[in-house]
Amino acid sequence: MTTRSTIRRWAGVAVAAALAGSLAACATPSGGSEQGSASAEEIAAALQKESSITVWGWAPQLEPIVEAFEEKYPKIDVKLENVGTGNDHYTKLQNAIKAGTGAPDVAQVEYYALPQFALSGAFADLTGFGADELEDQYTASTWGSVSIDGGVYALPQDSGPMAMFYRADVFEKLGLEVPTTWDEYIAAGQAIHAADPNAYITNDVGDAGFTTSMIWQAGGQPYAVENGTDVTIDFADEGSTKWADTWNQLVENELVAPISSWSDEWYQGLGDGSIATLVIGAWMPGNLESGVPDAAGKWRVAPMPTYEEGVAAAAENGGGGDAVLEQSKNKLVAYGFLEFLNGPEGAAIHAANGGFPSTVADLESEDFLGYESDYFGGQKINEVLVQASKDVVPGWSYLPFQTYANSIYGDTVGQSYANASDLNEGLAAWQEASVQYGIDQGFTVNGK
Amino acid sequence: MTTTSSTARTPMRTSRRRARGRQRWIGWAFVGPFMAVFALVLVAPVVYSIGLSLFREQLVGGTAFVGLENYGTALADPKFWEALGRVVLFLVVQVPIMLGIALVASLAIDSARLFASSFFRISIFLPYAVPAVVATLMWGFMYGTRFGLIGNLNDAFGIELPAPLSGSWVLASIGNIVTWEFVGYNMLIFYAALRVIPTDLYEAAALDGAGAFRIIRNIKIPAIRGAIVIAGIFSVIGSFQLFNEPNILKSIAPNAISTYFTPNMYAYNLSFSGQQFNYSAAIAIIMGLVTAVIAYVVQLSGSRKEAVR
Repeated sequence: MTTRSTIRRWAGVAVAAALAGSLAACATPSGGSEQGSASAEEIAAALQKESSITVWGWAPQLEPIVEAFEEKYPKIDVKLENVGTGNDHYTKLQNAIKAGTGAPDVAQVEYYALPQFALSGAFADLTGFGADELEDQYTASTWGSVSIDGGVYALPQDSGPMAMFYRADVFEKLGLEVPTTWDEYIAAGQAIHAADPNAYITNDVGDAGFTTSMIWQAGGQPYAVENGTDVTIDFADEGSTKWADTWNQLVENELVAPISSWSDEWYQGLGDGSIATLVIGAWMPGNLESGVPDAAGKWRVAPMPTYEEGVAAAAENGGGGDAVLEQSKNKLVAYGFLEFLNGPEGAAIHAANGGFPSTVADLESEDFLGYESDYFGGQKINEVLVQASKDVVPGWSYLPFQTYANSIYGDTVGQSYANASDLNEGLAAWQEASVQYGIDQGFTVNGK
Repeated sequence: MTTTSSTARTPMRTSRRRARGRQRWIGWAFVGPFMAVFALVLVAPVVYSIGLSLFREQLVGGTAFVGLENYGTALADPKFWEALGRVVLFLVVQVPIMLGIALVASLAIDSARLFASSFFRISIFLPYAVPAVVATLMWGFMYGTRFGLIGNLNDAFGIELPAPLSGSWVLASIGNIVTWEFVGYNMLIFYAALRVIPTDLYEAAALDGAGAFRIIRNIKIPAIRGAIVIAGIFSVIGSFQLFNEPNILKSIAPNAISTYFTPNMYAYNLSFSGQQFNYSAAIAIIMGLVTAVIAYVVQLSGSRKEAVR
């Protein structure tokens, strides 16, 4: 608040803007088209020649996989760089793509952010390298997430089929059945909060990833993209409304804990049982073990509650893969690395380091399915989680500007949470703001 | 820099002119490093931002020159006005409170009646040494209604304090953090100004029978008016630049703090999550102008009062 820091701040903003502008001003270089396709032999040959590639990513499993890769292909030098997590990473990626230089050869990308880069031509279509033949290796839902508009723009790494993690001790103490439908879930929520006003069935202050996954499970398809630039956004469709009407019963009656996920309060709540369930991706067990060690033995996992009794349905929540940049001058090696990273060898290392795989072979392996988690009281948790990956409702797609849409979630749907009011209104506001942004960015947008 | 002795010693016209010309260049040489850095880190980015604000780049369709369209959009943008209104409200409420506390504290120290005044001074100043990020995280934790200080107070006294991070209170909570951070800094400015007042004025006033409060009103405050104006200008600029505190609190109060909570946050989010660099540059330039104008008005009104006296 002094002039000194003020000037510095202004200068910082201006320099950042100027940098962004100068990056934007550079023309995108041609090239890469000659590397748009290659046979398996050519890729294998390229991997035996001296060269280097740069990889951007933040997944902790990347490091051991890169080490294993360099051991197998000693002539390739892989430079692994962590430029930030999630949105920071995408911003830097976007800037480098606009600049035309400075982007890595391979980048980690979450499924929700993939369409943005795929449709704008920033990522290489991997079908020319034979990626389309790998479909059988991956689960249907993760493969669906990486195949966009007839192309394959990334290879899946991890996946996050949703399941319900719950505190067995809380349900036992109150004599409650573990809910299998959302109606039962809401009833349990009322019972838990009635027994202890500081206890809730779950926490939720509004989260874009959670909302879209929940709508996905309900069968909603609010986003549709055709030809890359024709976008439809409709949060009034049947599935979206079904979720909003259901979740309203919890939000409007303040039956969800007003605690942000990943906060200190959240971990405390998960530890002391005042947050009794989490409906979240299959990558959660590792986080529970490391973040809430005191609750060992108290957590269990069950399939996500459904709208209709006995009709299993799930959705993906988080997870992502890795892509080759169109800008890369070394695409053959980059793709060769991708095949290793996301193929059997990389997947095995990934799973061994706590990741939840997207490869069918790993998901179906007896070792994986039969794993008894001590933290979950000896439960074979992977049986439940792998089943969830098979029950994912097909047909979902994200927006080609999902990272931005997610960033304004708090301004719109978040207001419904803040006021404990109708989520449908929040979704309508989110739709309106997203439509406006799409139009500003030159998309053809239909908002119903 | 001009030395009369040297000109007196060389009365010849030509050499004098040469000397003067050299002196002119010497002057530039002294200013040069500053000018170079100034041009590089301030003028160039601002000029570039202005240039940037005249274009529009889209994800689909590329870049086009749009003239002043971004400025028109900004002036008609309710989000921008909401953000601006919020920092103006912040300015009107928080700045007087902060400067008032700082003034009282500096007068108290200056009165020499305070026990352990240097301890008092350092402890008020200390928060300024805490980085804003750390301060905000710390306060954010105390503001927690479940496990934070507020939660503890509620539990201990069986009361229900308003949640500091709820939509209607969050601006006041930010004001509290900013006040805590900057009272010491402003106090120091005032105190430094108070120390240079000649003490014989106090003696004369005391002989004339003026009490402590009379001295404050008629001697001390008029004497440090300049310092008050300076502190006011700093605070005005700081208020318009409000960014760190709300941006950090947003992670724990995502629904109470929008992406356009302050103009700076709006500009930041437009460019870094929306890739709308051009529009963001227009907002930044408008805010720069608004800040300059208001700071100038504060300065003008401050110095005019001085002239009237």
